[in-house]
Amino acid sequence: MRARVASLLFVLALALAPALPARAVEPSEMLKDPVLEARARDISAGIRCLVCQNESVDSSNADLAHDLRVLIRERLVAGDSDQQVRDFLVARYGDFVLLDPPVKPRTWILWFGPAGILLLGALGIFFYFRRRAPVPGGPAGQPLSAAERRRVEELLAEDEGSGTPA
Amino acid sequence: MSAAAQSAPLGRRLLYFLPVLLFAVVAGYFLWGLDSGRDPRAVPSAMIDKPIPEFDLPTIRGMTGPGLAAADLRGHGVTLVNFFASWCIPCRAEHPMLEKLVRDGGVRLVGINYKNKPEEARAWLATLGNPYARLGADESGRVAIDWGVYGVPETFIVDNEGRIRYRQLGPLTPEAIKDTIKPLLRKLGS
Amino acid sequence: MIPEIGHFALILALMVALVQGTVPFVGAQRGHAGWMAMARPSALLQLVLIGTAFLALMYAYIVSDFTVLTVWQNSHTAKPMLYKITGVWGNHEGSMLLWVLILSMFGAAVALFGRNLPAGLRARVLAVQAWISIGFLAFILLTSNPFTRVFPPAANGRGLNPLLQDPGLAFHPPMLYMGYVGFSMAFSFAIAALIEGRVDAAWARWVRPWTLAAWCFLTAGIALGSWWAYYELGWGGWWFWDPVENISFMPWLLGTALLHSAVVVEKRDSLKAWTILLAILTFSLSLIGTFVVRSGLLSSVHAFATDPERGLFILLLLCITIGGSLVLFALRAPALKAGGLFSPISREGGLVLNNLLLAAACATVFLGTLYPLFLEAVSGDKVSVGPPFYNRTFAPIMAPLILAMAIGPFLSWKRADLPGVLGRLKLAFAAMVVAAAVALYLQGGPVLAALGMGLAAWLFAGAVLEWAERVKLFRIPPGDSLRRALRMPRAAHGMTLAHAGLAIAVAGIVAASSWKAETVQVMRPGESVELAGYSYRFDGVAPEQGPNYSGTRATFTVTKNGGYVTTMYPEKRLYPVQEMPTTEAAIHTTGMADLYAVIGDPDGKGGWTVRIFHEPMVPWMWAGALIMILGGIMSLSDRRLRVGAPARRRVMAAPAVAGAAE
Repeated sequence: MRARVASLLFVLALALAPALPARAVEPSEMLKDPVLEARARDISAGIRCLVCQNESVDSSNADLAHDLRVLIRERLVAGDSDQQVRDFLVARYGDFVLLDPPVKPRTWILWFGPAGILLLGALGIFFYFRRRAPVPGGPAGQPLSAAERRRVEELLAEDEGSGTPA
Repeated sequence: MSAAAQSAPLGRRLLYFLPVLLFAVVAGYFLWGLDSGRDPRAVPSAMIDKPIPEFDLPTIRGMTGPGLAAADLRGHGVTLVNFFASWCIPCRAEHPMLEKLVRDGGVRLVGINYKNKPEEARAWLATLGNPYARLGADESGRVAIDWGVYGVPETFIVDNEGRIRYRQLGPLTPEAIKDTIKPLLRKLGS
Repeated sequence: MIPEIGHFALILALMVALVQGTVPFVGAQRGHAGWMAMARPSALLQLVLIGTAFLALMYAYIVSDFTVLTVWQNSHTAKPMLYKITGVWGNHEGSMLLWVLILSMFGAAVALFGRNLPAGLRARVLAVQAWISIGFLAFILLTSNPFTRVFPPAANGRGLNPLLQDPGLAFHPPMLYMGYVGFSMAFSFAIAALIEGRVDAAWARWVRPWTLAAWCFLTAGIALGSWWAYYELGWGGWWFWDPVENISFMPWLLGTALLHSAVVVEKRDSLKAWTILLAILTFSLSLIGTFVVRSGLLSSVHAFATDPERGLFILLLLCITIGGSLVLFALRAPALKAGGLFSPISREGGLVLNNLLLAAACATVFLGTLYPLFLEAVSGDKVSVGPPFYNRTFAPIMAPLILAMAIGPFLSWKRADLPGVLGRLKLAFAAMVVAAAVALYLQGGPVLAALGMGLAAWLFAGAVLEWAERVKLFRIPPGDSLRRALRMPRAAHGMTLAHAGLAIAVAGIVAASSWKAETVQVMRPGESVELAGYSYRFDGVAPEQGPNYSGTRATFTVTKNGGYVTTMYPEKRLYPVQEMPTTEAAIHTTGMADLYAVIGDPDGKGGWTVRIFHEPMVPWMWAGALIMILGGIMSLSDRRLRVGAPARRRVMAAPAVAGAAE
């Protein structure tokens, strides 16, 4: 029984998925002014469609997405800036509606995490190199004899041909 | 090999435990995620403790009776605001509970009809009954957006000053009524 | 009857796995040859049994046996036979069965082709494989049994989601699973090595083919999924940083890192602990992926049906497998003897940089995918992490990696002369400048996109230059160059192909992301619209009938500068069983770009909503992926990978083995 309900949920979930993708941004919604329309598309691409699974309102066919697209355009025509339009939506739906997470103390780990991890990794590698004995700049001691030098050159020439690839 | 093991300093050996510690943290979050019964798609309301948006809606076309405006939610005591539609199946499921709240609990209930054809809304209310003291018809859905509604049904508790104090996502359940809504109504009412 | 046979075969397979997981392992610990020898026949028997179960399920689908619950839920008599068959894995239960089938296939492959492995290692590897098998077989039998029956059977099934009735998507899961499960071999090798207490060049040589194979399959699976999304979903998008996409990408990133760090273990006996950790983590990510997709934890278009009981079971499996292996790592890895030293500027250093960047990229994707969950657990707040986040964090990590990729193959082992190497890359630098300039000239901007194209050209030229140097192209007679090329180990060609393929794919990705053009309008038959130099004339619509759908088919005639280019036929379909409409976009590729047309809804007044996209260099993405896979296959066919065994004796000179010998 549970499996059946679960599978029904699956079907429903997929039904909400882009079944009718061609209905995203209808010509009737689009603004005449291309600059405003471009801004509207840009903003819409960053607004989550709340009734879909991980889509923006720009590409979703849901009713709510349509309403929000129209709303975004109305606010732009009324003179709002891009940020004001976003703030308008965030005031009503919270940060979750933005696909681009805001940079707040809550999301510092998210935004600065990647750089932090890179830095930590680089530090780790730095200490790894420091811990190991440094590779000498050149083998201390006696220089190669003529015979040894010839042998080295032979070996290098062989090596070059076959290579030591990855 | 054992010599190598002993020569590694303790600090460095503890470092090797870092991956499993990190995994334990991640697994802990996973466990929480499973246990909490949360809905990954639920959007928390951004309107809690904020004043209600200004709006003025007429009643459903073809019905007599007053419409619903923001003024009706201020100074009239604690009010339940229910967003519903005839095409919404869970709304049908919660309808009897709304009626019970009005009948037995003496709760003041108003409704906003979301994106519904007037004739269908009228027929639905005629069949099931109309528990709403006042009705607003939000045919465009714009007022719902101002309330941060993204699906129906959603129910809000508005206090006497016109501030939103609670939002129920989805249909009212007996547990939600017993554990959250009734206690909050009592608290706000007193 | 047949489903019962399948069910029974699964139960038997679990028992065989129990034996395979214990007897050979104890045998290896004790040096008991007879017990170790149990590994091979057990692995082969497991394959036979699980294969039987899989075939039984497939049979039920083929004959549309609706007494089997999963068949009823996911199939329909009107479905074309190909999709009846591929529908076997289009749902949770069937796909889990496919998972364990592939697991058993890899185990059997080790049993059959791993003759050059020492008996103890092989026994341990197969035992670890069996442990994984036990976990998943138990999961299937206890929570996700595909052979559950329902009586009386319905007259017909519920059909399969029309989106899944598609050749690309039909083969996307098997490819992906071959990748995910393939990395279980690297995992098993890593665990076996930790238990043995020995990681050396020979081990790295043995792990390589399995890792390479898994990597090739995963690349193919990801590319297939991306390609499917591109042509099926109707707006020319191909990557959405959806959680489940990210989950397939992370093992790929770490798997690539693993391939490269294993080289350092093999050639220089160094970076052992790190490589072992990578092998464990790559497969762990596969497992975490399986968990996330099937537990309902994250919201995603891909998510399978959610069931907390299943989620908990998989989480338990995760804790035992990943937790156990990481604890073993923590205990045993410090004892691994460090090997050759190297200067930071060297081939090894370059590979370390490669690993650093790939691991950081993987961690970034991991963070972005799971952060919403972490934040919600801690504070109840919800945030969305979408493409904008990844574009700003992932791309800056990839850029230095691509820069370094052209330099790396030129560096010599142990200590390299960087200025000298950079001198040899002058032509590549020139290519970078030219490509960026051409991009700026043709498209005007954005600057980052032009830089991206420059990087792609840099990498491509660098890969070709390295190969050319190796065969001394133009410095010796062509015949001699050819002879050199033929004598070169295949893995060398493989590397060049793989790096060049990535360059081509990167060029495609940069162009497609930056310079995509789109036009949406209502058109009446006879009207034309212009996009990116092409003229699209709408010639009207006609009704269309398929085996399990009905629809409308539109015709567009495409011309450029008056000359005929092609005719395109986008469709809208309705699948009555699912009551689900879909669109079939019409795509025409010119090699340098894709022309992409979609027919939308009628406006009721004789006009139709038409969406036309111009997708520059998208074909290069698929071509690049294909070339990368070819490179991988070429490396796989390298003779040295099949003749690995003697290496262990030859490596005796290295201090590591002497120290590790009991």
